[in-house]
Amino acid sequence: MSIIRFENVSKSFGTLKVLDGFNFTVNKGEKVTLIGPSGSGKSTVLRILMTLEPFQEGRISLNGTSYHLPGGKGPFKAPPKHLKQIRSNVGMVFQQFNLFPHMTALRNIVEGPVSVLKLDKAEAESRALDLLTLVGLKDKVKSYPGQLSGGQQQRVAIARALAMRPKVLLFDEPTSALDPELVGEVLNVIRSLAHEHDLTMLMVTHEMRFAREISDRICMFDKGVIIEEGPPDGMFLKPQHARTQSFLRAVLDPDAAGGPALQSVDSSA
Amino acid sequence: MLATLINYLDYLSVGIKATILVFAVSLLFGLCISFLVGLIRFARIPILYQICFLYVGIFRGTSLLIQLFWIYFSLPMFGISISSFAAGCLGLALNNGAYGSEIVRGALSSVSKQQFEAATALNFSVGHTLRRIILPQALPEMIPPFGNLSIMLLKDTALVSMINIADITFRAQQLRTRTFDSLGVYAVTLVVYFVLALAIVAAVRLVEHYIRPEKRRTGFLSALIGDQQS
Amino acid sequence: MIGNLDLDTTTTTTFLQGLIPLLLTGLMVTIAAAMLGYVIALILGLVLAVLRRLPYAIVTWPIAIFVEFVRDTPLLIQLFFLYYVLPRYGIVLPAFITGAAAIGVQYSTYTSEVFRAGIDAVARGQWEAAKALNLSMSRTYGVIVIPQAIPRVIPALGNLLVGILKETPILSTISVLEMLNVATIVGDRTYQYSLPLTLAAGLMLVTTSFFALIVRLLEQRLPKTGIHLQ
Repeated sequence: MSIIRFENVSKSFGTLKVLDGFNFTVNKGEKVTLIGPSGSGKSTVLRILMTLEPFQEGRISLNGTSYHLPGGKGPFKAPPKHLKQIRSNVGMVFQQFNLFPHMTALRNIVEGPVSVLKLDKAEAESRALDLLTLVGLKDKVKSYPGQLSGGQQQRVAIARALAMRPKVLLFDEPTSALDPELVGEVLNVIRSLAHEHDLTMLMVTHEMRFAREISDRICMFDKGVIIEEGPPDGMFLKPQHARTQSFLRAVLDPDAAGGPALQSVDSSA
Repeated sequence: MLATLINYLDYLSVGIKATILVFAVSLLFGLCISFLVGLIRFARIPILYQICFLYVGIFRGTSLLIQLFWIYFSLPMFGISISSFAAGCLGLALNNGAYGSEIVRGALSSVSKQQFEAATALNFSVGHTLRRIILPQALPEMIPPFGNLSIMLLKDTALVSMINIADITFRAQQLRTRTFDSLGVYAVTLVVYFVLALAIVAAVRLVEHYIRPEKRRTGFLSALIGDQQS
Repeated sequence: MIGNLDLDTTTTTTFLQGLIPLLLTGLMVTIAAAMLGYVIALILGLVLAVLRRLPYAIVTWPIAIFVEFVRDTPLLIQLFFLYYVLPRYGIVLPAFITGAAAIGVQYSTYTSEVFRAGIDAVARGQWEAAKALNLSMSRTYGVIVIPQAIPRVIPALGNLLVGILKETPILSTISVLEMLNVATIVGDRTYQYSLPLTLAAGLMLVTTSFFALIVRLLEQRLPKTGIHLQ
C-alpha cells in the first residue's frame, strides 16, 4: 500500500522546469534509490517531500492523506498545519550533515524530541543515548560536531533524524561529502537500518553497489522523468533504456566510458 | 500648512548653501588625507607610519564634537586664530580622513597577495605594481565604504552649528526659537538632510557605474535608482 | 552636580585637582548614557532585523524606509526633535533618557544591519535541518540561528558600542552633564579651555580603548561556531 504518492507534480526554479507532471509512488516499508545525472530532479523530489521546496502544480499524498500544497510564493498558499504534519512523518539526512555546531551530539539529537514531540528531557536523553549506541557513537555523547569526523557527524545526523520517529526517511547523497575511507561506516549504519526496520527509505546516492545491495527498487532519472525503474538486479544487469545504459557504464567504470582527449593542433581540418 | 513649510525651507536655504560648502571642502581635504595616510600605513614607511598611527588612533578614538571644540576654543590659546568655518572644515577633514584612511588601507590590503607575487614574477617595479595592478583593483572596493563615510560626513556637518557656522542646523535652531514650531521646523530639516543624503547615494551609484564596467548590466538610469541585484 | 565651580587655576596642579573629579563625574554620565543607548540599540535592532525577514511587505517596507531615514539624517536634529516635540504631546522625560533614546534609535538602524548580516551568514543547511526536524520558527531563531549568529556580530557590535560612546557628547546640546559639557562649562568659567578639553579627549580615548579591548577579549573567548548550548 502506498505511503508516498506524487501526482502530476510540476516544479520550476524560475524559468527552469525541473519536474513536469511528475508521478511517483512509494510503498510502505519500501527502500527506493533514485539514480541519475545531476540536475535530473532526484534531489528535488526529496526536497519537495521534505517541504524544503515549494511546487507549482500537482498533489502529494503522504500516508493516505493528500495535501494540495502548491506552496508557491507567500505564506498563505500552504497551510502551516499541513506542512507540520508532513514534517512529522518525514525525516531527512543531508549531504552536508547540517548538525548544529554549537550543540553537543546528544543535544542535537534531543532538541527535536523535546521541543516538538514534547518529550520529557530525561526520556529524550535516554532515547538519544540508545540511538547513539545504535550508530556506534555512544562515547561521543558530549562531543561537539567540530570534534567529530565527517563520518561520525553523518552518523549523528542519522540518529537525530531517527529520534523524531519518522515513517519515511530521506537520504540526500549522504556520503557524497565524505572522505572515501569514512564512507563505509555511514553505509553500514544505513544498511542496518534497511535490514532491521520497516522504515520507508528514499535515497539519492552515487554508491551504486550499495544501492543495489539494499534497495527494493531503483529509479533512473533523466531530465525530471523516471525513464526506467525496477528491482536492482534487473536494472544493473539488463538496463533497457539507452540513457540508463550509458549512465551506468560511466558511473560503474569511469575509465572505460572514455571521452575526448586533447586534440593536437595539426589534426584540425 | 504647506505654505509655512515652504517658508521654513526658504529660511533654511541660506544654511543649505553653507552646509554644502562645508561638506565639499571637508570631503575634498578628507579624501586627500585618507589616501595619503592610507598609503603610508599600507606601505609601512618607517617614521611616518608611527605618526599616522597616532593620528588615526586619536581622531578615531575621540568624539568629533570634542575635536571641533578643541580646535575652536583651544587653538586660539596657542596663538592660532582661526575662523569658525576653517575650524569646522579642519575638524571634519581630520576626523573623516582618519576613518577614510582605514578604508584605503583595507582596500589595498584586500587585493590578494598573489597579485603582488604575479607582478614580482613578471619583474614589475613596486611603483608600477601599485599604480597599475593594486590601485585599479582596490579603487572599486573603496567606493561603497566611502559612500557611507560621505553620508556620515553630511550628518557630522550638523555639529559645526555648535561652533557658530550658519548651516542648516544653525538656521533650524534660529527658526525654532522664532516660531516655536519644533515639529514643523525639525521635520523640514530632517527632510532636507535626507534629500541631500539621497543625492550623495545617487552620486555614489553613478561613480560606481562608471568605475566598474564589468558590473555594468543596466543603463544609466537604473544605476541611479539602483537595482537590487548589484 | 556642578555645584562648586570655584576652581583654583593658580597652578596646573591645583587646576587639575579640581578638574579631574568633575570630569570623572561627567564620564560616569557619559558611560551611563552610552550603556542605556546601547541596550536600546541592541534590542530594537534585533527586533527590526527579525521583522525585516518576514515575508509581509506591509511590515518590511515601512521598516526599510524608517531605517533609511533615521540612518541618513543627523542625530543632532533627531535629538532636538525628540527633546522639543515629545513634551508637546505630554511625554516629558529627563534629558538623559531622551538623549539615550535618540542615540539608541539611531544606532538601532546600524545594529539591525549587523544582525541581519549575521543571521544571513548562518548556513542555509541549518535552517533546513531545523525544518526537517519540524522545529517551530521561534525555536529555530532562538536556539539554532541566533546563537550561531552571535560570534559573527560581536566585532561589529563592539565597534558600534565604541561609536556610541563617542557620540554621547552630543547630549551636551540638551544640557545633559556629560563629560564635554562639564569641560566646556569649566572653560567658560575659567577661560582655560585647553586643559579641560584635552583631558576630556584623553579620558574619552582611554574609555574607548578599554571597551575596544573588552570586545576583543569577548571575540576570542566565544567559540566560533556559536554560543554553546548544553
